[in-house]
Amino acid sequence: MNTLLLLMKREYWEHRSFVWTPVWITSAILILTLLTTISAEIFAGRAGIPMGFTLDALRYGSAGLAEFSNGFDLSQLMFAAASCIGVFAVSFFYLLGSLYDDRRDRSVLFWKSLPISDTATVASKALTAMLVIPSFALAISTLAYIAFVALIVLWAGMHGLSALPAVADAHPLAMFSHLLLMLPIGALWTLPTVGWLMFWSAYARSKPFMWAVLLPIIAVIANAWLHLIGGPHIGGDVSFVAILSRLLFSVMPGGWLNATSFDLHDRHIVDTLDPGRIGAVLGSPNLWLGVVAGLALLAAAVWLRGRRIETNV
Amino acid sequence: MSTPMGTIVHARNLCKNYNTTKALDAVSLDIQAGRIVGLIGPNGAGKTTALKAILGLTDFTGELSVLGLDPRTHRPRLMEQVCFIADVAVLPRWLRVREAIEFVTGVHPRFSREKCQAFLARTKIEPHMRVRELSKGMIAQLHLALVMAIDARLLVLDEPTLGLDILYRKAFYESLLTDYFDENRTIIVTTHQVEEIEHILTDLVFIRDGKIVLAATMDEVGERYAEVLVNPDRAQAARALNPLNERQIFGKSIFLFDGVERARLAELGELHKPSVADLFVATMKGTYA
Repeated sequence: MNTLLLLMKREYWEHRSFVWTPVWITSAILILTLLTTISAEIFAGRAGIPMGFTLDALRYGSAGLAEFSNGFDLSQLMFAAASCIGVFAVSFFYLLGSLYDDRRDRSVLFWKSLPISDTATVASKALTAMLVIPSFALAISTLAYIAFVALIVLWAGMHGLSALPAVADAHPLAMFSHLLLMLPIGALWTLPTVGWLMFWSAYARSKPFMWAVLLPIIAVIANAWLHLIGGPHIGGDVSFVAILSRLLFSVMPGGWLNATSFDLHDRHIVDTLDPGRIGAVLGSPNLWLGVVAGLALLAAAVWLRGRRIETNV
Repeated sequence: MSTPMGTIVHARNLCKNYNTTKALDAVSLDIQAGRIVGLIGPNGAGKTTALKAILGLTDFTGELSVLGLDPRTHRPRLMEQVCFIADVAVLPRWLRVREAIEFVTGVHPRFSREKCQAFLARTKIEPHMRVRELSKGMIAQLHLALVMAIDARLLVLDEPTLGLDILYRKAFYESLLTDYFDENRTIIVTTHQVEEIEHILTDLVFIRDGKIVLAATMDEVGERYAEVLVNPDRAQAARALNPLNERQIFGKSIFLFDGVERARLAELGELHKPSVADLFVATMKGTYA
């Protein structure tokens, strides 16, 4: 257990982008928010319009309050979602290099000189992508959201309005716990992509990207072409494209929400992310087939890790 | 598998092919505890493959036991007792010195952080430095400090001083001898700079085209091989004794003999102990032809 934690710490030492990517993304949003607010104030002042119509909701009693607080909850989700784009990019390329980069620079010979099993190595890297990267992103986006709330409260205060009732009416803790709950479910969902990318990362003697990405694309095109000329192809109920996108894009956090009754048009965003609804994905065969496929690919990656050290570089 | 006590490496009939080339061709070898074994061979002779087999880093056929374990199936357990340095370029460039120490402390049950820090205190290496900021020589010092702080029974060195200047090379082997080696440890080393390690070796193994062509202790080598400096008038008589090699120097000939009686050689001229390098050149004649 201790070894596994240390192995995951090593991944963090090597890849500080786990932290910096969400920091850059959320800071960019905060800075844009600040700039927009300032420019709105300046333009409104020049035109002589009494500022504050966007804050109107705060003036209209409880209905307006509910809308405003729902806006806060939505912002919390949006901050998390924005860092997710970063999570996707970081995880994807992290996994693709996870069992290849150290073979290319031959540092694998150093790691292999220590009493660590290939299983532990592969497990630490898979868990890093499944849990560590999204956890960092959630923590950072939560901090950014707190800064955002402070900004809004301050802004409303400048116009003699108090946003505090709306803050009190929002559900930051419930939202956070729902987002937190999405982490382990999301981790299960990512498994096929984690397995797929790590498999090719362990397999490739050069250019793992080619194998992992171009191979499926060529397969899809070939399949479509076979379909077109009426040859034998994969079609019907099981969509070939759906399987391949599951293998390639499942590390997109929340990508699985389509498989639930998730709907942003709900009246309250906090209800949308209700554990009962989110958890429904645990009953879908799609999730569990992916878990099985992912674990099989990871087992193959462990096997390859024990045998393949040379690269072509 | 029955392995005699004190046998560190026990290999029988090891074979490994890369496509059509035989990297290991029926290699059988025993290495005893407390020895420093030089594994010497031309480029592509199979040295690195042999070491990789011992370290569980490659597949092969045949029977091999290292410290009583099969490296193919027990690499993690084996690595608690075996260390290796595979040339200076293998420490990850992003790693900081203190991270390296923390990591090895955590994963290696026989690593002593204090020892490692004591070794590093004698160098210019600082804990906050990254490997990419270190010179080649400093990387070798760091790797050696990490390895010497591990209480291992077998140390495998594959060209550990490649690309280092002579000061670092001398210091490297000196620390190994004075601070690390004792009768409970065994060292296997490959290098092309034979003359620099000759004096520290206790055993010599020559490998050529995947085959072991010589495996002997240095004492045996000294008894078996002799060099004779022969005047031109006796050269014909010397050639009749089937020398391994003949070279010219200052108008005289130097002949290298294998297993010829000392008394007969002494009649021909001045006797010398051949250097490992000369022995190597004579043995490997025609390798690249």
